[in-house]
Amino acid sequence: MQNISAVLYLVSAVLFILSLKGLSSPASSRKGNTYGMIGMLIAVATTFMVMEKPVLLLIVGAIAAGAAIGAFKAKTVEMTSMPELVAAMHSLVGLSAVLIAVAAIFHSGMEHTPVQKVELFIGAFIGAITFTASVIAYGKLSGKFGAKAVNFNGQHLLNLVMALAMVGFGGVYFFTDSHAAFLIMVAIALVLGVTLIIPIGGADMPVVVSMLNSYSGWAAAGIGFTLNNPVLIIAGACVGSSGAILSYIMCKAMNRSILSVLLGGFGAEVAAGGGGDSGPKNYKSGSAEDAAFLMANADSVVIVPGYGLAVSRAQHALQEFAELLHEKGVNVRYAIHPVAGRMPGHMNVLLAEAEVPYDQVLEMEEINSDFSNTDVVLVIGANDVVNPAALKDKSSPIYGMPILEAHKARTIIVVKRSMSVGYAGLDNELFYMDKTMMVFGDAKKVVEDLVKGVVH
Amino acid sequence: MTDPFIISLTIFVLAVFVGYHVVWNVTPALHTPLMAVTNAISGIIIVGAMLQVVDINGQTLTVTSVLGAVGIFLASINIFGGFLVTQRMLDMFKKKK
Repeated sequence: MQNISAVLYLVSAVLFILSLKGLSSPASSRKGNTYGMIGMLIAVATTFMVMEKPVLLLIVGAIAAGAAIGAFKAKTVEMTSMPELVAAMHSLVGLSAVLIAVAAIFHSGMEHTPVQKVELFIGAFIGAITFTASVIAYGKLSGKFGAKAVNFNGQHLLNLVMALAMVGFGGVYFFTDSHAAFLIMVAIALVLGVTLIIPIGGADMPVVVSMLNSYSGWAAAGIGFTLNNPVLIIAGACVGSSGAILSYIMCKAMNRSILSVLLGGFGAEVAAGGGGDSGPKNYKSGSAEDAAFLMANADSVVIVPGYGLAVSRAQHALQEFAELLHEKGVNVRYAIHPVAGRMPGHMNVLLAEAEVPYDQVLEMEEINSDFSNTDVVLVIGANDVVNPAALKDKSSPIYGMPILEAHKARTIIVVKRSMSVGYAGLDNELFYMDKTMMVFGDAKKVVEDLVKGVVH
Repeated sequence: MTDPFIISLTIFVLAVFVGYHVVWNVTPALHTPLMAVTNAISGIIIVGAMLQVVDINGQTLTVTSVLGAVGIFLASINIFGGFLVTQRMLDMFKKKK
């Protein structure tokens, strides 16, 4: 019996790995997702099989209630709200890990070995930090708590003291089996989750969400260690490394070290950089009709969308415009910077939702060498990710950040509300180049005018 | 006899390597679905929660079983929400007709 269940758990772990492998291309991804579902079904069924005296009513009732809420959320969530949903789901995994650890501590008649005690401690505190940190991240992303970084003196010292106290109470639990010590330890970890996240500003949230993704995996793996359950360990480890890789990719795309993100204070560092400019500079502006004429007569157009596009819900109009250009024989492609949306890959999903074919959507590395052969680049709702200062100006705070090299194209059209600065608070010399034309207005309104301009 | 912890540790370290290599192969365009599906997969913690919901000395409602049931509830939200929203997103990714 034990051997059969071990083999079934192995099958389910392999299916999880295949589900991640499926995501290497959109074509294989749907099959991969199905593998993941089958893997989960096998794991749950196997657990039913090995349990000796399960309380069926509680288990089935809890699954049914969770399924209803989960399915409803999955159906109704707006694609722009994906980061919030993901953050909320991380918090659930964290809380779940805490509950399991506490449940195991209170399991009368079950002795825990010293190794298991350490594992319970690790599972519980990672889970607790993941839980509250994700709740704060959710609040910042959904605008409920305000996205601003909260900094105060002695912040890092306070965190250190709390971390030490947490380990201390863990030690008391280890030697005395005191339930109270374990609960105090969990409570400190819950507070620590809050204080670790509040100094991190809204602009760094893509990194934070990826990092919490990673933590939720480690929490699951930690519980797997306590229960000696291989499928929990394998799934947790895969999720943990996935989140870690995404955090690394996001940091690299923003030219930030993970340490500086975690220690917080993005806003402060930037204010120092923007002051070097002197006096007003000249820029050219034009109407949407001019822009439409330029693009309709071009051979190749590259569209650089930023999150501003999604904010004004202009994706569908943009897709319609691109389709019209396509019919006129213009080669239209989209260029996506890794931090174009509010979480990794977010812009790709927003464009896919607007029915932009994914083979027209290219990543930064794929398209950057093509800009010098491009007639027109259309920048909509993006700013810092096309700022040439990142390549040339060593004094710029964003120096070294990889950018989309839009400035190499023959003509650049920038759609923007006004000449105001972007996230990083920097002026952008791209807007003042001779070959650049600014089109001012709300992104959706401008794109609708572009469509009219091409039709006429 | 090897300590079960050592066996778990072996599995864990190897799984981190597998995860690392598989995830680097994920196309950046699908990073959002990747996060959603890993959310669903971390719902595997449901297994740990289920194991707590047992009859202890003839009692079905204990601190342990109730906390376990809440854990199952939370993990189920992740499992169903995660897989279904991933499917919804992946269905949007289409090639040029």
